[in-house]
Amino acid sequence: MSVLTFKGGIHPPDKKELAKDKSVRPANIPQRVVIPLSQHVGAPCKPLVSIGQEIKKGEVIGEPGGFVSAPVHSSVSGKVIAIGEFPNAMGRMITSVVVENNGKEEWTPLKDEPDYMSLSPEELKEKIKAAGIVGLGGAAFPTSVKLSPPKEKPIDTVVINGAECEPYLTADYRLMIERPREVIDGLKILMKTVGVTRGFVGIEDNKPDAVDKMKDAAKGETGIEVCSLKVKYPQGAEKMLIKAVTGREVPARGLPMDVKVVVQNVGTAVAVYEAARFGKPLIERVVTVTGEGIGNPSNLMVRIGTLVSGLIDECGGFKNGVGKVIAGGPMMGFALSTLDVPVTKGTSGILVIPEEGVVHAEDFQPCIRCGRCVDVCPMSLMPSMLSVLSEKGRYEEAKEYNLFDCFECGSCAFVCPSKRPIVQLVRLAKSLVKP
Amino acid sequence: MEAIKKEHELIVAVSPHVKSEETVSRIMWSVNLSLLPAVVMGAYFFGIKAVLVVSLCIVTAVLSEYIFERALKRTVTINDGSAFLTGLLLGMNLPASLWSFSPFTIHVPIIGSFVAVIITKQLFGGLGYNVFNPALIGRAFLLISFPRLMTIWTEPSAAFLSFDAKTTATPLGIMKEEGVGKLMEVFGDKMNLYTQLLVGHRAGSIGEVSALALLIGASFLLFRRYITWHIPFSFLGTAALLAWIFGGKDPATGKLILFSGDPVVHLLSGGLLLGAFFMATDYVTCPTLKKGQIIFGIGCGTLTMLIRLAGGYPEGVMFAILIMNCFAPIIDRGFRTKVFGAVKAKESKK
Ligand code: SF4
Ligand code: SF4
Repeated sequence: MSVLTFKGGIHPPDKKELAKDKSVRPANIPQRVVIPLSQHVGAPCKPLVSIGQEIKKGEVIGEPGGFVSAPVHSSVSGKVIAIGEFPNAMGRMITSVVVENNGKEEWTPLKDEPDYMSLSPEELKEKIKAAGIVGLGGAAFPTSVKLSPPKEKPIDTVVINGAECEPYLTADYRLMIERPREVIDGLKILMKTVGVTRGFVGIEDNKPDAVDKMKDAAKGETGIEVCSLKVKYPQGAEKMLIKAVTGREVPARGLPMDVKVVVQNVGTAVAVYEAARFGKPLIERVVTVTGEGIGNPSNLMVRIGTLVSGLIDECGGFKNGVGKVIAGGPMMGFALSTLDVPVTKGTSGILVIPEEGVVHAEDFQPCIRCGRCVDVCPMSLMPSMLSVLSEKGRYEEAKEYNLFDCFECGSCAFVCPSKRPIVQLVRLAKSLVKP
Repeated sequence: MEAIKKEHELIVAVSPHVKSEETVSRIMWSVNLSLLPAVVMGAYFFGIKAVLVVSLCIVTAVLSEYIFERALKRTVTINDGSAFLTGLLLGMNLPASLWSFSPFTIHVPIIGSFVAVIITKQLFGGLGYNVFNPALIGRAFLLISFPRLMTIWTEPSAAFLSFDAKTTATPLGIMKEEGVGKLMEVFGDKMNLYTQLLVGHRAGSIGEVSALALLIGASFLLFRRYITWHIPFSFLGTAALLAWIFGGKDPATGKLILFSGDPVVHLLSGGLLLGAFFMATDYVTCPTLKKGQIIFGIGCGTLTMLIRLAGGYPEGVMFAILIMNCFAPIIDRGFRTKVFGAVKAKESKK
């Protein structure tokens, strides 16, 4: 078989060695958690609790505010001490519930289901929905919605995204190494809910041990194939992953279901398994805390609502003078303006870049039309034109250059020798014109 | 919540938070470096005068950019290597004979360099905004203003410090005026002609004579991917094809004999290699998309041969590239990338 991949893409230094060999360990459970009621794409949740109320771990504190939404659960047992607006990683103010931890770790009753595979697809989907599961790769799209495509869009394949193409991050890698069986079981549940017999796990070939582990775990399973993909950013972008694994090209502005595919991340698969098997809601996730600016890079199982500042302290604090703290990976993550933002369902990593490692955005030069950005754009756009048109305020024209097909992967800005802030200019243009 | 402890000032910026090592100045200095072998060969054949002409062009180019940017209170960009490159390329495109005090011709390279950097580049807004290749505009301006001085070619000699050299004609000049037969006469036989052209033992502009040195530099650029094959190969391929088809004449009657031209002589003489690898490939003034670049290369090749075989000048590379520079934006507009999933998007709409 030829090497599975897509056209374009880049090879940033992967830096995974920092945290790669650190087993996932439970993070300290904080005294207080700040749980945003909107951690997902779609409608925010409506609060179900009131200040002063005693709640248990795993209890629903926010109910879905629409079809595209996911419930939010408490990650500790204790007392609701505040409901109000708190900043999230993107810098937006989000209605959040603050819970004071009573340290008792009392679970709300969960429904154990040893024979979960005999449940109907609808029942499984209901469990996934009730557990508040969203895409854990970073996009945080509600999983149950992805699993409910309209009738005219039949699905024939489920792909588990194990590419983890963002440099530095190792959360998915650790899960594949430590809990491969649960990833496969999660995949089987996902396949059952959408009624398909074909499943793939796509992993970049810089993680051969993860490929081996997953292959072992999948042995004897019919219809499941573990594929080794070429290392290249953004291999883990849904459309690129589907192209590499199935050869299908998702239509421009379309969704994976347009080519009969559902993609879920490795972490999501594990969460799906836990929801189906134990009825466990999504109250914790693996977060890679890493970077040259952190004392002790780690992979932690973190309760949702834990503040980033707490994680930094727990991982040995800053070293080498802190420059940037990023929620997510270096290519698409958000630089934080304060450390007092909570870990949410979509937080795959906390990356600390020391001062001298920061690339300053201010001093960029004019486009020299070298074409490097065009060569690497995985969507085959012309980032040079997008950036120039946006810079000149010609936003409508940028639309003709397929502005809205850009998913802001940052490959173009990575290679640009003039260091142009292409993604920033694209976002600006997007915010000023209608699609 | 407790007050936030503000021990650290965090830097906030839009993703991506990592960038490649590649910079404009690294690219420009690499191109400068790749031209070194050809300059050295030029210096070897035309002596100290060649070195002086090239240096004069570089100094003028860098200095004019510096003064201009200082005067306008713009960021001084002379470190990016692009003004240096313009000066270098212009110098390589001039005859060494321009270093002469009687008659006084020192002003010629200076004027050319000034026109290249200030008129062609800076007045258009600086690097990235110019429409034409600055060095070539500089040269075109000189050729039109000083047609005679610009075509005094001297014989290559190995005496480095010699200031007087015999004037002679370039191989292309000989071919144009007296035909290929005469060229063979001058160089002995075909093999010797090819060898001399490869090494660069011939009259011509300082940096264009040694085909071998230019190819070494070009391989470096191709290998480092600073340039791709699209423009040079389509340019050279077209020129070679046309030279073969239309370049042959009956020695006696002077009538055109189709498919009898000598493409090798055409490829190795004049400024074709220098132009195809180092000037037509200028990012700023060529099309961005690969398909457009092939059209651009074919256009350059065709125009070059049209001028060489049917025009008034023996050499056509410079005007060919300049004319195609005009078309580069239009070519770019004509080609769009096919967006990922584009075809299927159309289908699914139906
Ligand atoms: S234009 Fe958009 S999709 Fe293309 S490389 Fe740049 S950020 Fe990625
Ligand atoms: S990589 Fe940068 S300089 Fe090169 S064409 Fe793209 S935007 Fe312009």
